[in-house]
Amino acid sequence: MMMKLAVTDIHKHYGPHEVLKGVSLSARAGDVVSILGSSGSGKSTFLRCINFLERPHRGTIEVGGETLVTVPDPRTGELRAKSPAQLQRIRTRLSMVFQNFCLWSHMTVLQNVIEAPIHALGIPRVEALERAYANLAKVGLGKDMHDRYPARLSGGQQQRVAIARALCMEPEVMLFDEPTSALDPELVGEVLKVMQALAEEGRTMVIVTHEMGFARHVSSEVLFLHQGLVEERGSPAEIFEHPQSVRLQQFLAGRLH
Amino acid sequence: MNWTIIADSLPLYAQGARLTVLLTVSALAIGFGLSLGLALLRNSPNPWIRLPIASYTLVFRGTPLLVQLFLIYFGLAQFGLLRQSILWPWLSSPLFCVLLTFVLNTTAYTTEIFAGGLRHLPPGEIEAARAYGMSPWTIARRILIPAMLSRSLTLYGNETIMMMHATSLASTVTLLEITGVARNITLTSYILFEPYVTAAAIYLCLTFILVGAFHMAERRWVDARG
Repeated sequence: MMMKLAVTDIHKHYGPHEVLKGVSLSARAGDVVSILGSSGSGKSTFLRCINFLERPHRGTIEVGGETLVTVPDPRTGELRAKSPAQLQRIRTRLSMVFQNFCLWSHMTVLQNVIEAPIHALGIPRVEALERAYANLAKVGLGKDMHDRYPARLSGGQQQRVAIARALCMEPEVMLFDEPTSALDPELVGEVLKVMQALAEEGRTMVIVTHEMGFARHVSSEVLFLHQGLVEERGSPAEIFEHPQSVRLQQFLAGRLH
Repeated sequence: MNWTIIADSLPLYAQGARLTVLLTVSALAIGFGLSLGLALLRNSPNPWIRLPIASYTLVFRGTPLLVQLFLIYFGLAQFGLLRQSILWPWLSSPLFCVLLTFVLNTTAYTTEIFAGGLRHLPPGEIEAARAYGMSPWTIARRILIPAMLSRSLTLYGNETIMMMHATSLASTVTLLEITGVARNITLTSYILFEPYVTAAAIYLCLTFILVGAFHMAERRWVDARG
């Protein structure tokens, strides 16, 4: 079966500090891969390397069978896309949900979710609106919310708009970068519920998260990152019930109660 | 008080107001277009792009508009090479020089206002646009420029009013806009108070129109986002 996403051997350093020392990940259609790790483990950087928001120094990225063609930047040593057009096309197939929502503040909810489908995918406005209505309803935002600006919404509502914005791209893979970390505790549940529904309908997702219970419940595979390397990977049962490495045991002991 | 002279001169004032509006609108329109581009480049990571723009805005915001006008209208005439060049028909025209100076001046201020608005845009919003596969041009057109304009509308409103008032300096190089008309009346009729107070009243009316327009624009594009 074809891989939806295959990321191999990602290296990244800031100056002398090596953040990623060769991290790989692959996902088939319907896989939900969770990435755990303490802060500084490189998990967010890794996720951001997948869509080249951070440029890795080494590694390959393949989305839906298409490999991103990269060349090393002679000045910085980082890889950059050989063709900006190819990078843009690959990015439209990888929707990202950010920790801080990153909605466009000068656009209403509806404008936020139709923006990229119209101006990056190039689909007709009518079709973008159809997708928008369906996906806003799916994340539980009624019509009364469509004309509001992001600043007038709660964090949970903003993050659900951001998820609808990601869904409207009809992406091959959704990337979640700590989607609940910026939320008030009482708002975390509504976002996790939406994400769980997406996992259940067979979306391919890569999730960087601190929500252990959630990761354990929805993931098909869990990666534990430590100091820029995958310390341990496996099914949720293996990771959470039979952690092998001392690091992971310590990490889980610190998190689970 | 002698208001009959003023009443008789109202057609002159009307012509003067037309010129004032023409100067204001053209300087602002050209300046607006130039500033959009310059403001985007003003925040460029490349110093070869950023620094020349920063120097330009520093010079034109750091010197009085009247001095700039005199330098361009009177000062350039000193150079024989310019007087013989194909630019001379333009550079010897007071209207062209005034407009050129106003455009250069308002563009400097507007560029800094817009660039400042852009610096307040959360980097995440630009990052999201990149992550969703938008091209740099689409990001500028759909994200940066609208965000920049809505964030700098109030300051830009002030700039338009200042620019409108600054057009009165055109009277110093023979142009008969509102202030020029008032000055002519003082010279021909030997009254000083009435012509200038009439000019002031016209400026005030024009200012009210601008303020009203920006109020509406703010209600439409800014307040709802609070």
